[in-house]
Amino acid sequence: MLGGGGLVLATQIDFFGDAQAAVSVAAPSAAGAALNAFVRIAPDGTVSIAAHTPECGQGVRTSLPMLVAEELEVDWEAIRVDVVALDPAYGAQFAGGSTAMPRCYTPLRQMGATARIMLVGAAAARWGVPVSDCRAASGRVHHAASGRSLSYGELASEAALRPVPATKDLPLKPAAEFKIIGRRISGVDNGAIVTGKPLFGIDQKLPGMLYAAYEKCPVFGGRVLGANLDEIKALPGVRDAFVIEGTANLLGLMPGVAIVADSTWTAFSARRKLRVKWDEGRHANDSWSGFLEQATAAGAAKPGQTLRQDGEVAATLAAAPAARRVEAVYSYPFISHANLEPQNCTAWFHDGLMEVWAPSQRPSGGQDLIHETLGLPKDRIRVHITRMGGGFGRRLSSDFMVEAAAIAQRVNAPVKLTWTREDDLQHDHYRPGGMHFLKGAVDEKGSLAAWHNHFVTFGNQGRPGSGGSLSPDEFPARFVPHYLAEMTVLNCGIPMGPWRAPGSCVFSFVFQSFMDELAHAAGRDPLEFRLALLGDRGMVTTPGERPNGYDAARMRGVVALAAEKAGWGSPLPRGRGRGIAFHFSHRGYFANVAEVTVSREGVLKVDRVVIAGDVGSQIVNPSGADNQVEGSVLDGLSAAYQELDLDRGRIVQSNFHEYALLRITDAPRVEVHYRLTENPPTGLGEPALPPVAPAIANAVFAATGKRIRSLPFSRTDLRWS
Amino acid sequence: MKFTLLINGQSRTVDAPADTPLLWILRDHLDLVGTKYGCGMGVCGACTVHLNGVPMRSCQMPVSTAVGVKITTIEGLSADGAHPLQSAWVEQDVAQCGYCQSGQIMTAAALLAANPKPSDSDIDNAMAGNLCRCATYLRIRSGIHRAAELATAKGGTS
Repeated sequence: MLGGGGLVLATQIDFFGDAQAAVSVAAPSAAGAALNAFVRIAPDGTVSIAAHTPECGQGVRTSLPMLVAEELEVDWEAIRVDVVALDPAYGAQFAGGSTAMPRCYTPLRQMGATARIMLVGAAAARWGVPVSDCRAASGRVHHAASGRSLSYGELASEAALRPVPATKDLPLKPAAEFKIIGRRISGVDNGAIVTGKPLFGIDQKLPGMLYAAYEKCPVFGGRVLGANLDEIKALPGVRDAFVIEGTANLLGLMPGVAIVADSTWTAFSARRKLRVKWDEGRHANDSWSGFLEQATAAGAAKPGQTLRQDGEVAATLAAAPAARRVEAVYSYPFISHANLEPQNCTAWFHDGLMEVWAPSQRPSGGQDLIHETLGLPKDRIRVHITRMGGGFGRRLSSDFMVEAAAIAQRVNAPVKLTWTREDDLQHDHYRPGGMHFLKGAVDEKGSLAAWHNHFVTFGNQGRPGSGGSLSPDEFPARFVPHYLAEMTVLNCGIPMGPWRAPGSCVFSFVFQSFMDELAHAAGRDPLEFRLALLGDRGMVTTPGERPNGYDAARMRGVVALAAEKAGWGSPLPRGRGRGIAFHFSHRGYFANVAEVTVSREGVLKVDRVVIAGDVGSQIVNPSGADNQVEGSVLDGLSAAYQELDLDRGRIVQSNFHEYALLRITDAPRVEVHYRLTENPPTGLGEPALPPVAPAIANAVFAATGKRIRSLPFSRTDLRWS
Repeated sequence: MKFTLLINGQSRTVDAPADTPLLWILRDHLDLVGTKYGCGMGVCGACTVHLNGVPMRSCQMPVSTAVGVKITTIEGLSADGAHPLQSAWVEQDVAQCGYCQSGQIMTAAALLAANPKPSDSDIDNAMAGNLCRCATYLRIRSGIHRAAELATAKGGTS
């Protein structure tokens, strides 16, 4: 897991290799001629573009087909966007790591361009004129000299038989000629969303379908010793109830009891009468307060490992006078993804085939897990991809898919498994909590001289949980002459998984807050201190680093832009304050200024967030992009108030009355700015989130002199007089 | 037990246990899946429907108590999908994942029916019970303002 770079998944850029590979496996479609895996044209001229990447709200069912349509030369209003299943023809099909745009920006334009070239070629052949005399526009090929034109529908079947042009050296349109890319385009499913059409995993229905609930041990990984199955099976509407042994994989098929019934409510109702005797296992006495004690002790002990060491940290810290030295402990709890659509999956085992309909960010991961757990061959597991009611990393996991498949294997009918909200909150793959024991010093000129972090994190079997490991290159590494990062992993039995901008979403809070403390120790303005730290450097790389190093110039650009747009430096009355923070992750550079008001009674209100981002040369769909950035800012604020408690090995919070998400009443104004730079376009699902919490915390300090060093914010007393 | 319900102007009969929440009657028995399950305890608003025009949490309403009232779901909000809120939501690209939006729209429709020109704070007060995990709140606010304009142009909400 990469600190600055996001998910492990986020490594592959050129997934098609050559477009021909994708073309060669594209099956001809009954509903029209397939020009390649992504473009299908019906005889009536309807152009269908495949949206291959799962949609969880990040807008890829719109933004990715826009890339194809642009080079295909069709009118956006005239196309259809298809839903497609998991299929090797499409290369990687997952939603994670903000990778869809950087992976697809060029290959999908090539898909549109190759199809256009085949259509133009077909027209030129039919007319017996040179290809160079023909031009494609708005779904037709025109021959200017003769005034003739043919629609794509008239040409499609001939075009499909033409040789596929090599994608190497394929000319793509210059940005100045874009007609679709760069336009504000409303999401392709919006019409269906506002009229309540079935779209999501939980909306799936098959003929004869049954409904399932699945009860797992409240202590993670606990095993079933026995249950009142006969009593449950005798309830009206219940078709079956059985124990699933499960596996030891914390992220896989957990042991539990399945109830299959003729409706969701009948299954949920029967579950309330279910009595299971559990072997709760080794973690039945774990608690968050115990974890905090352990972490505090670990922070004072010898670290487990050194991640990076530059210069002489201990000597520099020892030599610095107390006024120029800061020591602080930062902490944050485990939190949940809380997708509004609870986890669910529909599965049907028939004719030796396991067919599943899954709201999954990584359908291939579900296929793999079902294969490994249930022993079915991969080619007998077919995954249909549905829209998701939120992803945020939760649906990169496939536990709900393997549960549905394991139940379906026992039931002679299609079955939909639906988790309750309580299941969802108490059986998440959580964002790991952590503590950072920090020491820093500034030199006599006020420059950052030393930075020492002992990071205490949580893991399973000695390995940090997903999002719980720190990259040796994470900022401010390489910008401080004396730098030491150490890590200790505390083992626990809690399943952990990637949470929107894994690692970054918490490290930015800690590091950008601590940096603020050091700026104040230096007696410098927090903006000026940060700009000086970035210096006049350009790209800073470490051999082998992924994805692309750290471009200090791009970061300076967004820091300056956010500060300018926010009116940094203009005076504010006591009780109001401005804070700044920046972060690089997922190939995106983001800086933001938060403006807050804190009442004397300590009530914090965020008034405004001004955020600036650099994600390259082109914003593909400005409407979707603004949605992602605004949503990230508000999610960053929301997460800063979330916390889970663990007691007797169980998650204490059960539903939204105990686990508060941001509501409209607390949503501040958000102003979004982009700085376009000559870099490849990259993704926006994650990188705007990390700098939000520290900007707010730094603004609180500016307003009140109170330093927030832990999440949730509500744990810090902000009263002032 | 059999219950006859008046949903979106149609009479529908279902056979289900009397304690089944209206939410699951709509979703599992009548295939009206626009009404969403989010929390099951009335705190997220994803299951909002109108009963005699009043927004209610369908997850908290046993089917036995839903007899004899006019039930409107997102599928029945307009005949053509062009209620001013539906048009404004598409025009302004409000949704991200979209899961909560039918509940948001049903709550907002009741607001506009009672208050055709709501202020930001009217909107916040009316919409505070509807969670959006993607936090599309800024566009929900602007979407409601836009719908109010569209409704005025059309000469009143449909």
